[in-house]
Amino acid sequence: MNRPRLQSWIVMGLASLYFLVPLIATFEFSLRLKRGEYSFEAYRIVFADARFQESFLFSASLAVATIVLLTLLVVPTAYWVQLRLPKLRPLVEFITLLPLVIPAIVLVFGYLNLYSSASWLPLTATPMATNILLTCGYCTLALPYMYRSVDTGLRAIDVRTLTEAAESLGAGWATILFRVILPNLTSAILSGAFLTFAVVIGEFTIASLLNRPAFGPYLQLVGANRAYEPAALAIIAFLVTWACMGLIQLIGAARTRAMTAPVEIP
Amino acid sequence: MSFIRLDHLRKTFGANTVVHDFDLGIERGAFLSLLGPSGCGKTTALRMLAGFEKASAGRILIDGTDVTDLPPAKRNVGMVFQAYALFPNMTVAENIAFGLKVAGKPASGIAGRVTEMLALIKLPDLGKRYPYQLSGGQQQRVALARALAVHPQVLLLDEPLSALDAKIRVSLREEIRAVQRALGITTVFVTHDQEEALSISDTIVVMNDGRVEQVGTPFDIYNRPKSRFVANFVGTLSTFNARIAESGKDILLLDGQPVIAPDLAARPAGTTLGIALRPEAFSLGESGPNRLSGTIGEVTFLGSIVRLRIQLAEQTFSMDTFNQPSQRPPAVGDKISVSFAPTDMLLLE
Ligand SMILES: Nc1ncnc2c1ncn2[C@@H]1O[C@H](COP(=O)(O)OP(=O)(O)OP(=O)(O)O)[C@@H](O)[C@H]1O
Ligand SMILES: [Mg+2]
Repeated sequence: MNRPRLQSWIVMGLASLYFLVPLIATFEFSLRLKRGEYSFEAYRIVFADARFQESFLFSASLAVATIVLLTLLVVPTAYWVQLRLPKLRPLVEFITLLPLVIPAIVLVFGYLNLYSSASWLPLTATPMATNILLTCGYCTLALPYMYRSVDTGLRAIDVRTLTEAAESLGAGWATILFRVILPNLTSAILSGAFLTFAVVIGEFTIASLLNRPAFGPYLQLVGANRAYEPAALAIIAFLVTWACMGLIQLIGAARTRAMTAPVEIP
Repeated sequence: MSFIRLDHLRKTFGANTVVHDFDLGIERGAFLSLLGPSGCGKTTALRMLAGFEKASAGRILIDGTDVTDLPPAKRNVGMVFQAYALFPNMTVAENIAFGLKVAGKPASGIAGRVTEMLALIKLPDLGKRYPYQLSGGQQQRVALARALAVHPQVLLLDEPLSALDAKIRVSLREEIRAVQRALGITTVFVTHDQEEALSISDTIVVMNDGRVEQVGTPFDIYNRPKSRFVANFVGTLSTFNARIAESGKDILLLDGQPVIAPDLAARPAGTTLGIALRPEAFSLGESGPNRLSGTIGEVTFLGSIVRLRIQLAEQTFSMDTFNQPSQRPPAVGDKISVSFAPTDMLLLE
């Protein structure tokens, strides 16, 4: 093995240790609920906890709502920018990156000020309205990821010519968007969707300050009061996130295979 | 009255005018080509006709209807793009059916029309394939079928063959022409390839720098170019500087050798004129009225044709001879005499 190879392996090994050691330690700790033996008792307790199920279901439902809303928001926007306003692209990219720069706490205080029960749009007045507000907050948080995925997907197809081809065949904008553009973006939207799911499931700040029974606040609650269960929850949350990542990879790979499948051309 | 009337069209992008005063009538059922070098505004002119670009000035009439302000979806114009632009998520049959579905035609009618179009483009069995499973030539044929399925009034093609390799390019252009003849559809074809335009069109519009240089049949464009630009752009051309030998007589001196010229309109003796001749205007030997003697400087074997570069005292020119397998080919350094008809000579301004 030559020197540069060896060096890169060492760097690689150190990086892996940096990520894996805490993970393995947490996992190992989560198995030690019962004195003197390894068991999945902590996991059993977590899964049996009604609040776990409720909060996870709540967050998962909001994640789905977020994904739908975000898709309807981002796809037409990104499409329009690419097609008609390419000069605005840097500006739009900058705006979609803002949620990464502005802390969620700032965002939620803004919301509380704007939509308090005394305001003209009291979105914090009822639980349902607050859920809507929370979904909108999630949309903002996940915007950078969804926009980037969709934008990459749009760059991969010849949006302009496809649009013109459909136009010359008599299609209106809704037909073009839903029958031509959207179907060619499924894998891009799905990868954005899984990232969004991961973001929403782990989100704490907004849900907590809006006082909604989401998974993030539940994690925090358990973490503050128990010892082994939080470790188990951390591992579960980690697995959910990684399952999402894995699905993105799978879809990407399947799509690549389908697009390059060898066929006999007479 | 023309079927399509482009009435003094102009297109400006910012301060840059890319199509100037484009005025043209196209007869019903004609196959017209827009020919010109890259960037001369062919695509822009076609896109105005399709409705993808808004004309900055002028009007467009199709079959007597003013379509200047109609969006592309309302113009009933079929378009074929250089990049095929098939919808990747749809099969070949779905692609062809797209325009019919959008128009709300009944399913049974659509299926029949799709079968008909697949037969027209000679791909009857490929309806279930996806575009990525087709070769470039097949994709372009599907794009043609998709554009024609909706019975458009006009077919527009923007360099539809330039992404294909040479063999397919020739066979597909013949097929496009055959389909166009069979349907009798008025067609505008954009190309920068002069051979393509000459072989396929009823009428050629030669464009340069956003302006129409000449409109005519392929024969006229090739044999009677009206400007130096057209003469140079279409076909190969040898240009000479010739001097008028004697005022009042139509005789020119080409590197000292006298040749009869068409009407010189009493220009004074000693004036230098530009003249041009096609390589096929010359024949070997001294049979014609105008003769030139020189030395062969270069021989290029092109298959059925052998192109000779002939050196006069100062100037050189190209001539084509047919390949004759039984004879010794002309060789560099040979002395040669050639002749040509005065009427083949183009006077350049
Ligand atoms: N959207 C646009 N904005 C600004 N300038 C443009 C635009 N579209 C075309 N042009 C300019 O107009 C001129 C003509 O372009 P056009 O595409 O019509 O040329 P063309 O004859 O089709 O060339 P080619 O053979 O290379 O396709 C070019 O100089 C081009 O830069
Ligand atoms: Mg062009």
